[in-house]
Amino acid sequence: MPGARITAAGWGWRHAGRPVPAVAGLDLEVPAGQKVLLAGPSGAGKSTLLYALAGVLDPADESEETGSLQVDGAVSRQLRGHAGLVQQDPETQVILSRVGDDAAFGAENLQVPREQIWGRVRDALDAVGLGEDQGICLTRDTSRLSGGQKQRLALAGILAMRPPLILLDEPTANLDPTGVLEVRDAVLAVVERSGATLLVVEHRLAIWADHVDRMLVLEPGGGISHDGSPGELLAPGRVRDELAAAGVWVPGRVPAPMTPTSTSAHSPTAAPSGTLLTARGLAVSREPVTPGWRRRFGPTPTPVQADLDLELGAGEAVVVTGANGSGKSTLLLTLAGLIPSHAGTLTAGAALKGERAGHLPDDPYRWKAADLVSRIGTVFQEPEHQFVATTVRDELLFGPRHARDPESGQRLFTDEEAAQRADGLLTALNLESLAEVNPFTLSGGEKRRLSVATVLAAGPEMVFLDEPTFGQDANTWAVLTGLLRGLVAEGRSVLAVTHDADFAAALDARTIELAAVAAVPVNPVNPVNSGESGARS
Amino acid sequence: MTLPISPRAGTTSARSASAARTAPSRPEAGSVFERANPLAKLAALLPVTAVLVATMDWVSSGIVLVAAVALLPLSGIRVGEFFRRAWVLVAAALVSAWGTALVGEDSGALLFEAGPVSISEGSVLAGLATGLRILAVALPGVMVFITTDPTDLADALSQRLRLPARFVLGSLAAFRLLGVLTEEWRTLGQARRARGVGTGGNPLRRLGSWLGQVFGLMVQAIRRATKLAITMEARGFGTGDRTWARESRFGAVDAWVVLGGLGLSALAVGLSVATGAFNLVWA
Repeated sequence: MPGARITAAGWGWRHAGRPVPAVAGLDLEVPAGQKVLLAGPSGAGKSTLLYALAGVLDPADESEETGSLQVDGAVSRQLRGHAGLVQQDPETQVILSRVGDDAAFGAENLQVPREQIWGRVRDALDAVGLGEDQGICLTRDTSRLSGGQKQRLALAGILAMRPPLILLDEPTANLDPTGVLEVRDAVLAVVERSGATLLVVEHRLAIWADHVDRMLVLEPGGGISHDGSPGELLAPGRVRDELAAAGVWVPGRVPAPMTPTSTSAHSPTAAPSGTLLTARGLAVSREPVTPGWRRRFGPTPTPVQADLDLELGAGEAVVVTGANGSGKSTLLLTLAGLIPSHAGTLTAGAALKGERAGHLPDDPYRWKAADLVSRIGTVFQEPEHQFVATTVRDELLFGPRHARDPESGQRLFTDEEAAQRADGLLTALNLESLAEVNPFTLSGGEKRRLSVATVLAAGPEMVFLDEPTFGQDANTWAVLTGLLRGLVAEGRSVLAVTHDADFAAALDARTIELAAVAAVPVNPVNPVNSGESGARS
Repeated sequence: MTLPISPRAGTTSARSASAARTAPSRPEAGSVFERANPLAKLAALLPVTAVLVATMDWVSSGIVLVAAVALLPLSGIRVGEFFRRAWVLVAAALVSAWGTALVGEDSGALLFEAGPVSISEGSVLAGLATGLRILAVALPGVMVFITTDPTDLADALSQRLRLPARFVLGSLAAFRLLGVLTEEWRTLGQARRARGVGTGGNPLRRLGSWLGQVFGLMVQAIRRATKLAITMEARGFGTGDRTWARESRFGAVDAWVVLGGLGLSALAVGLSVATGAFNLVWA
């Protein structure tokens, strides 16, 4: 199967409801079988180009197309199954609930005869490392695959269609380093074997730079600004500097953490000292161990990690690493008082409870949300999960307005103090111009900065973050690490679940590596008495 | 990590030949009920339910109920699992039986009386019949539900009943997304607690916080659904005919299942008429 040839002449696309086109005046010639890396700052129209080539851009509803864009001499919308597309979020790349069915889906739609489908499916799954030889049977439940496996399954689904053009839109942005390499190698193997033309969009250029023939740099609202081999374009020089300045991850460059312009926003509460949080014999699990009588009929949940002892002190930076499914995020949620501990004890120190602690229980899970927010802040992986207001400014006011004194139930901050904190954070994170904007309409990097700012607004002593740098461009990365360094210097404690070694280095963090699940000694836990009292005995 | 690049040209044809015979992506083992075609199970359920809806007596309900319990081993459902799913229905049946016994029309000897509330032999029997009927209608349905995989149902609906693939597979994908959203609902709750959104307070405040979480879930659902639609479209879904990798077939098992359903309903009607308990609802 030969690869597809792409020809663009003065092509442009304006999305419905947007004043300026996402892409304009694009002239391009990609010969069959070429491997192309698409780079450029956010908003340069890279995804738009991919979607157009995949034939999923709708020319109706008020959007506007100019010039021509052709795949093998035809408009891609009219070519079914000619291009395969993998997008960023693994959860939306899986369609059906059985691995075999999911891989067969595209081939079925192209009316491949039944006799051929399973042969194609098995070949495709073998090629991406999800074959029966690798221990994945065709009936495996797709929801039990890791992120990297889901992306590879999507690739297999495309491969079974045998398309001459493969399009990848940041396929590794949500994956850990192992997943990134898994997917990258699977893609390269597939392209090698099929001879398909490859177009891949990625922020972290190092993943692909050594493996593609050509690199294109797109300009926001324009066409191609640079075109050459990755070696040429990424060599020290003007293009490399331009890309770096635009927030693109160029190989071999770690951005310098950017110290925020003002740190006063989160310093009014006195910085603590001493131990903030102590865990003894802690076991964590997402499955609740509430002894409901119905649970007797179901299987007993086993903790994903058990017998953990750890201590988190003031002014400490800690990163938690470990393989997929080793319970990093579960541990984080438990320490942050968001899910109950499975067994063992979690004790908040006097330094964390603060002077006005009243009779706060030891276990943060038993605190009210209003008491939690001024002591422990948690930044979730997906910023949108934490947005609760309709403007950026209200989002920042929310925490300080809701923080309470546990003793008296009085507000911790007056309206003026809350406004002061919000404004301080807006300035520190360069979000001033967006103060009245709806958080859901922000760009990815802006959402990330805002989600961190919102938990800082109530001045927590501890900040927990789940994969804060996933999918972020280099500029957001620099702002984020700078901000967190500032917190640590103030004497607050930062704990992040991350695979980002540069992030750990930038924070000068202590590393806790969680063992893979299989290595954890699983204590037989009786659900009826594994509550706190049982665990203490 | 290195991936094996295996040019399996030789093995492919042999494999696909065997693949055409068996449906490789479908569980081959399993209980009779799990192997049966979902449509056959529904076809068996239909006459049984029709009988129970038509007549209001404890004989037919009792027979169906006994049969359902006797068939439990055939369905491969563990007893614990069954009651974990069906206990709500059992509770509902008990409540209805109690209610009918209390307020039902009195006949026969009076057993208990307190003001407007009275329990007689007649009303107790009516309550019993009501409770049994609810259980008899619900439990076989639960058994079919537990033993039916949504994927197999979708296969049968689109290939056998010729429902449009766009609708059936769209629903199936949405169904899978529903599971993802359940997980997301939990995460949203945790994420909002971390922001200081309490779940306590007065009912109005709770409602407000709940609505906020619903809104958050809606946003995520729409985002996900849009992306999923693009994924499906990019794989050629939505226009024209398609082939099916796995054939939804009817076999000997299915014939037995349908016959079993018909036989059971006939037995229920027959015994009910013979004992004189038969009692048409609209008669």
